[in-house]
Parts: sequence; structure tokens; C-alpha cells
Amino acid sequence: MARRYDSSTTTFSPEGRLHQVEYAIEAINNAGTCVGILAKDGVVMASEKKVTSSLLAPAKSSEKTYKLCQHAACNVAGLTADANILIDQARLRAGRYAYQYCEAIPVEQLVEHVCNYKQAYTQYGGLRPFGVAFLFAGYDTHYGFQLYQSDPSGNYSGWKATVIGANNQAGKSFLKNEYGAKKEDEDEKMKGCEE
Amino acid sequence: MDTVFGVEFDGGVILASDQTNARSILTYQTNLDKITELSSHSAMGISGPNADLVNFSEYISKNLALYELSNDGLKLSPHAQANFCRGELATALRKGPYQVNIMLGGYDTVKGEASLYWMDYLAALAKVNYGAQGYASSFCLSIMDRDWKEGLTCDEAVGIVEKCIKELQVRFLIAQPNFIIKVVDKDGVRTLKFGADPADN
Repeated sequence: MARRYDSSTTTFSPEGRLHQVEYAIEAINNAGTCVGILAKDGVVMASEKKVTSSLLAPAKSSEKTYKLCQHAACNVAGLTADANILIDQARLRAGRYAYQYCEAIPVEQLVEHVCNYKQAYTQYGGLRPFGVAFLFAGYDTHYGFQLYQSDPSGNYSGWKATVIGANNQAGKSFLKNEYGAKKEDEDEKMKGCEE
Repeated sequence: MDTVFGVEFDGGVILASDQTNARSILTYQTNLDKITELSSHSAMGISGPNADLVNFSEYISKNLALYELSNDGLKLSPHAQANFCRGELATALRKGPYQVNIMLGGYDTVKGEASLYWMDYLAALAKVNYGAQGYASSFCLSIMDRDWKEGLTCDEAVGIVEKCIKELQVRFLIAQPNFIIKVVDKDGVRTLKFGADPADN
């Protein structure tokens, strides 16, 4: 039923869906889990480290967490190669904002820029969408500590706690029950999520 | 020819400029307002050819308005505004320069502090407690050097500004009968005094 409308990224199906975007989101559901929790004095993020082969050289840097600028970082779930492109974009944007205004970029503007870049691949060019979901964490003087989630569609939203990657549904239900119950025990919640 | 200067006080900035619009041997107008409001809590006193003055100030103020619209009402701080302004002057410098010299005064509503910036047509930027552009600097800086101190009140700062205006009117070769004085503080930008009403047509 979806067959005729699912190969072009830039075509709506009769039901009003963009199948390529949905398939991209599916790809992320097989990737390593990332959890993010917003506390009043910071943001905690944790990611699953997937060991695929004992022959792999020990990683010098993380394949999940990336610093975007002095006051913002992100966690990745999905195709690492795709993520690298978007992280470059984010770092460039943060740098260019600082060059233009001599100030730190507000976190939401950084997120929106990356998302606008992703959105273009769902509307023109005939190129496939990015198979990456992000958790952005950052601080600015306008909204304090913030946590954002974005997906291949280019949509983003702010969260108090959220999960991306494998088992994200289970993770989110867990957080729904636990978040706000005992705010101090962030570590406990993180551990619960990992399970 | 144009006189533009400013003095920072505790909680705000006073900007002053002459109101003469002239070229060569002709005076076009004597009630020009050379201090344009950039945003709710910042203003720019500009000297230079009227075309560049208007073009540049409108370009900056409209871009600042666009930023606020695009970012849910978020305001750029005076520091960010000044650096943005300087960046635009710098980019235009080797393409089609704006021949404007600026004194930019603003109040940062988030930090609760005022700031004054000196910016020239070559895109040099300096944060100052007081400053003047053009010939006015030769007359006014020594007065400001002597009288300015940390923690001035608005009235004391206006006093320094009026001293400078008197000095110019006595000693400066070019007659500048009218001056306009504006203040930028926590309540925004407002006109304190003018020699001739800019609204008169």
C-alpha cells in the first residue's frame, strides 16, 4: 500500500505521510539508547556503548557524545556518519554566531538551525533524510539549562526527560512515572533507564 | 562637522548630537535627529553623510527587529548589538563602505547594566565610559576626562553633556545652534531635550 509513495523522500503518501522520514526514524530505533534528564542545576545524559567486536581499537573519543560549543553538547542515536555532518553544521553555526555577536548562541537557536538543515532533506533535493536523532543539552542565560530532542523530520521539542534509540518507548514510560517523584535521585533514574 | 558624543552614568547612557544637516556651503535642515533608536533599550548616534546615516541605521534596526521576531521576543544585548553592527561595517568596508562614525548606547535588561560603545567608519569598536566622534572630540574629551567618574547620576551626566555643548558653541568654528539629547536606561530610550523639534516639517 505504501509501496508507490515510499521511495521518494519528497513525496507525500495519500494518507499524508512522508514514508522515507518514518523509515529513517525506524533506523534509529535499532541504534544504541540515549537518555537525557533535565535537573534544576544541569542536564544529565547517558548513552549505551555498543561493543560490536573485540577486534575494534579502543575508542579515543565517544561515538555518542559530542561537544558543540562551550555551553552545549549532544548525544547521537542512529547513523554515525550522518550524525557527523550534522554535528559539523551545529559547530559551525555556534562558531558563526559567536563571530557575529561575540556571545554564546542561545541553545534553541542552535537546535533550530540543525533541524532546519534536516528539514531541507525532507522537502527538496531528492536526497534521503539523515538517519539520526539527537539529544541536545545546553545552558544559556535566557532559559537556563535545557534539553531538546530532534529527529529526521527536522522537528524538535524541549523535554524534562526523554529517551532515543532502542527501547525508547519503554524508557519514556519509565521516566513518566519516575520524573518528579524524587528529583534528587537522578542517578537512580539513569540506572533504571539503562535497564 | 557632525557632533556626536555620549556619557555613561550609573544605570544608563546619555547620547547627544547636533541637529544640523549640511553639505558644502548649504544648510539643508537644522532639526535633524541623528540619534536613532535601535531597539527598545538601545540607540545609536551617527555622524556622516545623511544617506549612509539613514541607510545604515535602518539596516541595523530592522535586522535587530527581525532577530526578535525570529526568536520569540528574545533581545540581543547591547554588547551583541554593537558587535553585530561592527561586523556589518567590517564586511561592507572592502565592498561598499558606510562612512559613518557611531556612538552606541544601550541598557542590558538581563544584566541590569548600561554600556556605551565608540565605533568608527573603519569598524573599530571600543567600549568606553564616555566618548565623542569627529571634531567634537577635540573639545569634549578633556571636559569628560576631568568630570567623569564612576557612579554618576543621570543629572550629573546631563550636566557634563551640557558643558560640552556650551564649549562647542563657544569654541567650535562651525556653528551648531541645535543639539538633541537622549537617555537610554532601564525604562528605554527617550528624548530629554532638543534645540529644534525633529518632528517639525
